[in-house]
Amino acid sequence: MNYRGPFRVRAQQKAMPEIQHPEDVIVKVERACICGSDLHIYHGLVPDTRVGTTFGHEFIGEVVEKGADIHQLKIGDKILVPFNISCGRCAFCKQGLYSNCHESNPEATAAGGIFGYSHTCGGFDGGQAEYARVPYAEVSPMVIPPDIHPDDAVLLTDVFPTGYQAAEMGGIKKGDTVVVFGAGPIGIMASRCAWFFGAARVIIIDRIEYRLEFARNFSHCEAYNFESMEDPVLFIKKTTEYFGADVCIDAVGCEAAGSALQWITGRVLMMQAGSATALHWAINSVKKGGIVSIVGVYGPTDNLVPIGNVLNKGITIRADQCSVKRLLPKMIHHIREGYIEPRKIITHHIPLKEVADAYHIFSAKLDNCIKTVLIP
Amino acid sequence: MENTNNNYQDIKGWGVDADPNDNPNYPIKIYNGDDHQRLNWSRPPLQPATVEILESVEQARMPAVFGTKLPPSGLSGMLRRYAFKYDESEYGHWLNLLLADRINMVEGVLHDLSHFRIPNIFAERGMKADWKYNRKELVSKMIVAAAVTTAMVFWMRNKKQK
Repeated sequence: MNYRGPFRVRAQQKAMPEIQHPEDVIVKVERACICGSDLHIYHGLVPDTRVGTTFGHEFIGEVVEKGADIHQLKIGDKILVPFNISCGRCAFCKQGLYSNCHESNPEATAAGGIFGYSHTCGGFDGGQAEYARVPYAEVSPMVIPPDIHPDDAVLLTDVFPTGYQAAEMGGIKKGDTVVVFGAGPIGIMASRCAWFFGAARVIIIDRIEYRLEFARNFSHCEAYNFESMEDPVLFIKKTTEYFGADVCIDAVGCEAAGSALQWITGRVLMMQAGSATALHWAINSVKKGGIVSIVGVYGPTDNLVPIGNVLNKGITIRADQCSVKRLLPKMIHHIREGYIEPRKIITHHIPLKEVADAYHIFSAKLDNCIKTVLIP
Repeated sequence: MENTNNNYQDIKGWGVDADPNDNPNYPIKIYNGDDHQRLNWSRPPLQPATVEILESVEQARMPAVFGTKLPPSGLSGMLRRYAFKYDESEYGHWLNLLLADRINMVEGVLHDLSHFRIPNIFAERGMKADWKYNRKELVSKMIVAAAVTTAMVFWMRNKKQK
């Protein structure tokens, strides 16, 4: 996969990745997903996305070459590769904040290294390829247990744990009403996971009808189209007896629809780091003293959000890129127990050579696409 | 606007992770005091830098690993180097990088042409998928584009004749 500029990608031969560090492995990729956040770089919204970059931070594959300091992984091991590149030794990794690793990204201190997510996240090529270099291979990557389906395994690299962490960061208490903004793969997962924490009511808000229908069935939640309501914030207030939701989750990020002002200033003029409509609604819909959990991705500059209401309502905001490694054992347990079947969200398996079509299908939401897996 | 799921406790996995001790006023991390040791952890082996890597001025030192693909080059590379003179808190950093990205896009097309490759922009934009799944809208767009082009041609011709 080769990025050529906003909305333009193609399949193209590149040089084989090489071992560059004693803790590297080279993986022969078996499956790689397109993530909703890949669309932000595909749309040209993430600074320092260089032409020629290979995207892809959700992938699994087989170890075909390893560095001198790799002792636990063997050639031929099938591994899942969390999207965070984590050293396991810095102060942040040691505290379980694997997404905030301080030893994997020279270009920015605000973000740890991420596969195939621009030079702002370290300049690593991603896994939407036949082969990929995986640094710190004995820290985050994990041998895929034989009872875990490859389609579940690839969703364990990001989407399932990120959706779970979105709910976890909400500090959901038994009986809570949780509102998730965005019915993309992460929002669908977050709404499904909210039940694990004892929510009594889970509401998902979006404008794409087929995705709302999917969420109703997969996540067993209420699903509403904000285009059919006058004001989503007022709707949430009314449906919570004018109290506000206990927890609101922003699972949209910088490309939210719903506000012309946000869209024009954030997406068209790029005067802010994307359109922050979902976060705006989340802050205004949550109860006083409530929690807003952010997993939607935003750019590195500023956004128009009602920060005064955060203060006046005493809202707690929790946000981070997911620490996949921390959550993996629990996610695997939940799959084994049958609490969730992540692979049900996969709607498309597309050959890597058709990557341009795959991106367009996902981006334009064609053919009722929820989640796309590329097969090299 | 009623709760439509009255049997929510029957949902598979309901309440399995309910944790009354999850205190939202505390970040999700296993606090161990290492923050106060600052950067003094035992570092991994350091990757040798074989290409030019731009480094944030907010970094005290080069991280142990980094990507080596696509070092800065050309006009976009010059702009990227300039952007990295600013810290991550400044618009001068990010806006210059965004501008460099757009210049880099043109450089990509020129690179293709210089290697005798004409980029198939329609294919790169996934038009095949549009034809398969979104034909009606695609055809409408093509008709509108053709109409606008024809109108422009006629308008310019008339202007020339006058």
